[in-house]
Amino acid sequence: MMPEALPLAAIGNGRARALREIPLLDETGLALALREALGSGARLASYFGLSAEGGTELVAVLADDERNRLLAGRARVSGPAFPSIASDFPQAQLFEREIAEQFGLVPEGHPWLKRVRYRRSWTGRDAWGLDEAEPIVPGSGEFYRVEGEQVHEVAVGPVHAGVIEPGHFRFQCHGERVFHLEIALGYQHRGIEEAMIGGPRPRSLHYAETAAGDSTIAHATCYCMAIEALASDSGEGWALRSSARAQAIGAVALELERLANHVGDLGAIAGDVGFLPSASFCGRVRGDFLNMSELVCGSRFGRGLMRPGGIAFDLDEETSAELLRRLEAAERDAMGAINLMLGDQSVLARLEGTGTVPREIALELGLVGPAARASGLARDTRFDQSSGIYRLAQIPVSTAQTGDVLARALVRRLEVQRSIAFIREQLGSLPAGPAGEAQNQAESVPGRLISESIAVALCEGWRGEACHAAVTDASGRLARYKIVDPSFHNWPALAYAMRDEEISDFPLCNKSFNLSYCGHDL
Amino acid sequence: MIRAILERARQGYRTMSFPKGESPAMSPRYRGRSEIAASSCRDCDSHDCERACSTGAITGTRDGSASGPILDLGRCLFCADCERACPRGAIAFTQDYRLAVREREALVLGPGQKELKLASALEMKLKRLLGRSLKLRQVSAGGCNACEADANVLTTVGWDLGRFGIQFVASPRHADGLLLTGPVTRNMELALRKTYDAICDPKIVIASGACAISGGPYDGSPEILGGVQALLPVDLYVPGCPPHPLTLLDGLLRLVGRIEEGSR
Repeated sequence: MMPEALPLAAIGNGRARALREIPLLDETGLALALREALGSGARLASYFGLSAEGGTELVAVLADDERNRLLAGRARVSGPAFPSIASDFPQAQLFEREIAEQFGLVPEGHPWLKRVRYRRSWTGRDAWGLDEAEPIVPGSGEFYRVEGEQVHEVAVGPVHAGVIEPGHFRFQCHGERVFHLEIALGYQHRGIEEAMIGGPRPRSLHYAETAAGDSTIAHATCYCMAIEALASDSGEGWALRSSARAQAIGAVALELERLANHVGDLGAIAGDVGFLPSASFCGRVRGDFLNMSELVCGSRFGRGLMRPGGIAFDLDEETSAELLRRLEAAERDAMGAINLMLGDQSVLARLEGTGTVPREIALELGLVGPAARASGLARDTRFDQSSGIYRLAQIPVSTAQTGDVLARALVRRLEVQRSIAFIREQLGSLPAGPAGEAQNQAESVPGRLISESIAVALCEGWRGEACHAAVTDASGRLARYKIVDPSFHNWPALAYAMRDEEISDFPLCNKSFNLSYCGHDL
Repeated sequence: MIRAILERARQGYRTMSFPKGESPAMSPRYRGRSEIAASSCRDCDSHDCERACSTGAITGTRDGSASGPILDLGRCLFCADCERACPRGAIAFTQDYRLAVREREALVLGPGQKELKLASALEMKLKRLLGRSLKLRQVSAGGCNACEADANVLTTVGWDLGRFGIQFVASPRHADGLLLTGPVTRNMELALRKTYDAICDPKIVIASGACAISGGPYDGSPEILGGVQALLPVDLYVPGCPPHPLTLLDGLLRLVGRIEEGSR
């Protein structure tokens, strides 16, 4: 049970709150509050620094799923360091490393303080004491090593064998057996969070759309929710709000995105265990779902659909009907391919017991999305922190218990079925009214947001929870825009899943998570 | 086994007949090459199109240097904000998916210019060396995984890239060229250079997507180099955000001479 007396303020998903209403602590006070909250069942949705007058401020956003609310706390950091909680709460370790890299603040007591994206800090102060003239080489620095006879190291990447984004993987192996895997990312770093500062500008939405390009709708939804929250009541005479119809069509697009990726990944899992029929079928059916997104908005990846204040393309009856027709055909093909694979003994034997993440580890690492649900955690933003149309039309949370590759495949199959049912239901009863299709991106970029406020927006993408936190300055511009892709929570789970596995099963384990590199590196 | 055969029979043969047969149907809302009716622009002083474009793909209306907007498809994200902004309805995105060109300048359309100078085949000498095959090493250097995913889709049974002798390979040593996506992040500069160097001469470079061509929305970020041009010589530019698989396939087939110049 969450103690009520914590110095944290409740905040709704997709709602704004004035910064002054969020208790301002010192760094020790915030660390204590985080320990208390995380120790009693909350999880860390976001934790970041921002440049404020007279130094750096830390902001933490916690999800209290049981009570369907978010909690926010902040702290003014007085010195060059703040207390780390990562040893006791591993879900904080990457957030603390990120704060160290971006703001040059040292999380004291961090067990493995390495860079996250191999870039210079925003403040000119380097937490590792590196001279400004010295280059920062991606993937450099110490890696965890296992010593011993016949123990060897395997280094893979940044450029991999397939058509896939870059990242570096360092395995400690004994023969085929993997003792430890350490993942070094940052190669895809484009500087999105920095570029958002001072906005919103017309490009801001494109940054959200391409934060992780296969999750365009999820991230664009978060962006629109955050901007709408901060624009709703600025006293400037205008407000941005999505109509129920816009929310429903946005949700349809979000589920189409989930369908395309789940079906594609199930096919890739089949491919990685050499089960080619389902690999071929799913590869093609994934395209059918992408084409349905194109039917809705002209882009296979949902580009250009979401806008603050509404969506750019309404669904007429004819398009709706065509969508339903295609959905039915794709459902038959997808389920045929998936059931063939998950009904085959040789496939099951390869998936069962491979890459297991037990429930308690999933809790400790703060996993989100299908990866968390496959380890028995009933976590789903659509349900726990519902917003938009999901408040009215709920999708049951799909879980499995064993935490292995099979469990992640089973969760995805269940979600495929439920997403299809959801889309059918939505298209059958789309709310009437305007969708906001007259919205022009340039016009829907508000000039001024509510000043000195924070808005938090969560959206359950196909990989899990995307979290955007927007903080405005005194002039109503974005002082900080923090994006957390679900991959940021889940990469450590892949490393854990590889322990004691054979290195040849890495592609299989990797595919069962299919995490985003650019979403992590932003 | 029998279930697999039955399912295969049910799923059927699904490889498209393109380029011999019809190209796959696009959604009516698909946004291909855009056209500007420059005659409508003559006495227009709204500059709304230029203002609406977040990546600077439209220029020339504000300084009055041109008789109409200049459109750079290498920067265009195909978001259609210009179309919505134009007070005279002079901008339209067509269903034309053919966008790949050999020269960067060919992506810049002057006022009233509608035809793109589409990609021509590789020079005879190189073509003879490659024979009927083209092996590509794909490198993502800051790509958001949309360009990558829609390149990957060409290898599925629906498109079956292999039937044209074109294949994505694991090792640069096996490759005839590089397919690059992403705005080229600083952190990928070295890896990209090394991969390029590991490919034997003569080799080709394909830049796929607005980011690879011009930096796209990331142009100006200190963390990126602003596209592959800054680093490597480019043989084929494929615009889009991301390019439709058909756009990429069309470009590849033109490059290897399987779609003739001037056809279609």
